[in-house]
Amino acid sequence: MLVSAHSHSPVGSRSFLERGLLLLVVLMLLEGTVLPLGAASSPDTSAPNGAGGLDHRDDHRGIGHDNMTFQKKPFPVLGINYGHIRLPFEIALWVLLASLMKLGFHLIPRLSGIVPESCLLIVVGLLVGGFIKLAGEDVPPVLDSNLFFLILLPPIILDAGYFLPIRPFTENIGTILIFAVIGTLWNAFFIGGVLYAVCQIEGVHLSQVELLPCLLFGSIISAVDPVAVLAVFEEIHINELLHILVFGESLLNDAVTVVLYHLFEEYAGAGEVTLMDAFLGVISFLIVSIGGVAVGTIYGFLAAFTSRFTSHTRVIEPLFVFVYSYMAYLSAEMFHLSGIMALIACGAVMRPYVEANISHKSHTTIKYFLKMWSSVSETLIFIFLGVATVAGPHAWNWTFVSVTIILCLVSRVIGVVSLTFIINKFRIIKLTNKDQFIIAYGGLRGAIAFSLGYLLDNDHFPMRTMFLTAIITEIFFTVFVQGMTIKPLVDLLAVKKKQEAKRSINEEIHTQFLDHLLTGIEDICGHYGHHHWKDKLNRFNKKYIKKCLIAGERYKEPQLIAFYHKMEFKQAIELVESGGGVKVPAALPLQVSMQNIQPKKQPPAATERALPQFTKSREEEIRKILRSNLQKTRQRLRSYNRHTLVADPYEDGWGEYVLKKQRMIELEKKMTQMSNYLTVPAAPSDSPTMRRARLASDPNAFYNIKTPSDSVPTIHVELASPQSPDSVNLVDEVPKKGAMGQGLSQRNAADMKEDRERMMMPPSAGKGEKVEDDGGETKNPGLQRCLSDPGPSNEDEEDEPFLP
Amino acid sequence: MGSRASTLLREEEIEEIKKETGFSHSQITRLYSRFTSLDKGENGTLSREDFQRIPELAINPLGDRIINAFFPEGEDQVNFRGFMRTLAHFRPIEDNEKNKDAAASEPLNSRTNKLLFAFRLYDLDRDDKISRDELLQVLRMMVGVNISDDQLGSIADRTIQEADQNGDNSISFNEFIKVLEKVDVEQKMSIRFLH
Repeated sequence: MLVSAHSHSPVGSRSFLERGLLLLVVLMLLEGTVLPLGAASSPDTSAPNGAGGLDHRDDHRGIGHDNMTFQKKPFPVLGINYGHIRLPFEIALWVLLASLMKLGFHLIPRLSGIVPESCLLIVVGLLVGGFIKLAGEDVPPVLDSNLFFLILLPPIILDAGYFLPIRPFTENIGTILIFAVIGTLWNAFFIGGVLYAVCQIEGVHLSQVELLPCLLFGSIISAVDPVAVLAVFEEIHINELLHILVFGESLLNDAVTVVLYHLFEEYAGAGEVTLMDAFLGVISFLIVSIGGVAVGTIYGFLAAFTSRFTSHTRVIEPLFVFVYSYMAYLSAEMFHLSGIMALIACGAVMRPYVEANISHKSHTTIKYFLKMWSSVSETLIFIFLGVATVAGPHAWNWTFVSVTIILCLVSRVIGVVSLTFIINKFRIIKLTNKDQFIIAYGGLRGAIAFSLGYLLDNDHFPMRTMFLTAIITEIFFTVFVQGMTIKPLVDLLAVKKKQEAKRSINEEIHTQFLDHLLTGIEDICGHYGHHHWKDKLNRFNKKYIKKCLIAGERYKEPQLIAFYHKMEFKQAIELVESGGGVKVPAALPLQVSMQNIQPKKQPPAATERALPQFTKSREEEIRKILRSNLQKTRQRLRSYNRHTLVADPYEDGWGEYVLKKQRMIELEKKMTQMSNYLTVPAAPSDSPTMRRARLASDPNAFYNIKTPSDSVPTIHVELASPQSPDSVNLVDEVPKKGAMGQGLSQRNAADMKEDRERMMMPPSAGKGEKVEDDGGETKNPGLQRCLSDPGPSNEDEEDEPFLP
Repeated sequence: MGSRASTLLREEEIEEIKKETGFSHSQITRLYSRFTSLDKGENGTLSREDFQRIPELAINPLGDRIINAFFPEGEDQVNFRGFMRTLAHFRPIEDNEKNKDAAASEPLNSRTNKLLFAFRLYDLDRDDKISRDELLQVLRMMVGVNISDDQLGSIADRTIQEADQNGDNSISFNEFIKVLEKVDVEQKMSIRFLH
């Protein structure tokens, strides 16, 4: 412990120092930007700054005119024109600050384990705001509501919606809706009502706060915030059910919040809300939520339809996803519908079809852009929260603030417990007490509440500043106190954590199997349940929708096959990236490299090693494959054009690929079985004749003992025995190894090392290499693990089937 | 017999079924009315044709196998008791049941029994193993006709490779359980019967 602490502190202090310096530099620049803010208010003084050079040149031309006032200066070689680029520069500076902060936090391992990132970012924001204030300047109003709602929030929501795990979401949709709608309503009215009651108490001096503003305040502060929930829950790795419950609730309560907010804001001036208004409010809620989802769905289908035709312009494919989603959000906001729900619907609807249509590279682009934008947005939001705290006018009122905080907690707990009691009657998997606790405790408030409060008109709501102070305090409380303590509590209560393992093909097959089974049983019972409707939807989707929206023949591809392909593909990439072709057994390279040391001496086993004879057709296949793939490499290197990308070789010819993969797997299996056999270069116990005899009994294998160089005459790629130097020309990286079997697999490795993105071409000779099972020899356990374990992957979100 | 009286359910029968399967009174009566509506021949038992008359079952890829699961070995008719016994596998597991009689045999809707039911649907020849061929058959049923045999074969191989632990190139019941340990079988294999 001591040692680690020692080793940490120099690093820690160094990075502290680094960041401190960085911060200082950044702040200097910020100050520099802030100062012109004051100067820019007087236009006269700014004009010469920007137009100075121009005037001079103009005056030069009108040379006779104003010789008195014109003073010729030497031609300005260097000059500063800050006002010209001020706005983009500041924006870039903020983004840079956010990203550097994010970088910095992860350099200090212990800190990021204890304190959630959101807290640290708020602190940074506070510091930045404090510095600016110390510099004597006005803190810029960074968390402007327009900026927040139109620029900062959409990327986060789109990221959430596009990667929403559909299956758990739809399975729990009832629970989520009840929490989102009824829970938020309860919270809003409870908090608003009790606050009003408290304000009416004599000693508090708050009697000027009327009922409607209180209710408005209640509705603003009652909504669970998706940004905060995402930020905190992502770090605690809680199990999928709880995550989707709290997160889904935070997304879907937007509709409720929108309606309540507008309702109370409208009528706070009038001073009363009649029953008619309440009824209209309910109607409005339905319109807002269903309308939002409808708008999102329409744009989702548009995007899916567009992606059907993008096979020739792969470069701009990601753009369609982003632009259509953003337009869905803006359109919904235009009609006062729920923009968040529109965005979620758009992302969730378009995803299965778009992913079937776009190239793999576009898929990666979309994923990383979304993650990047949402990450930066989130960071900026928290920093701005800190800055706005320092900036905004505050009106602190002990009673109001403390009552707010207490009420929020109390109402959340009461709400969750009572709703769970009702919900559990309808659920198959009941929510335990621990679950309820986490759901209640995870109801974090965030920047949406602040922005909504900021939007309030100061004339209608004189107590706006008090509201804002209370909102900020509540946000701080939930993010700091609840955010920091939720992780240890999760550990303490031993709540089930997220299971990291990715979905296996077994699970996929059996899950589908069970789906069909359950649908059948439901039909027998005459019970039109969950499975029945899901099955109907799937059937409808397959019959009509997929045909329209998915390009080419891929719409016929069953979901199982698509999943299998994805899995195989991922495994192929992993194999390539781990630097080897076939997972040659670990012991093998060692032996082989030893053989390399003596290149001249042919390893005794080489000649005696049985080599499969290629049939003519196999040879042809190999030749064809190599030719086409090697050509493709050259093509790829030549495309510098921005407008065209070489068609990805692995995009087409899936069938071929799968076949090859299958043979690869066979080869792998054979390799394991052969492993011990191959690693013993000259096993004295097994004389060549014995081996030959053994293999000769296998009817499928045609073995000829020949030198490797002859076996594939026309392909010079072949890595032969060490003696043939001419076999090196194309595949330089391939170390010269001995036997054919290894050779083929190493050629694979070479291919892949050469061109990481090319499709893996397992040797079709794999079929020919049918070595019979070495029954007696024990399999190396390491190899088994090697071959059967495709390796870790933390991208489990994508392994979800598209359509549940 | 053909008289209506024999098709009415007697109290004692209801009690027996309740004890055996754990269904409640109302559930049993509801399912009984469904049973009688399916039973066109009105002889108190269902035949395979009665099941096949259900339209959605015809388009279900696993339809035939599910129907077969209702009929005990070699028989062609299933009575109400058998009907309920099969359906009991799909009753949701209730918490209070977990503490009851540890000594008594496992209720029909325990996790293991649910999985066993599913396993038997794969394993037609009842040799307690899902062989590659059996898996291929099921895959072919679920996937349709467009996929080549080779492809399906490689999927089947991959599946067996993943699940197989004792190297016999087939999936035994224990391996089956192990593979599905992460899947929420209690929820997946339960139907919320009308209360």
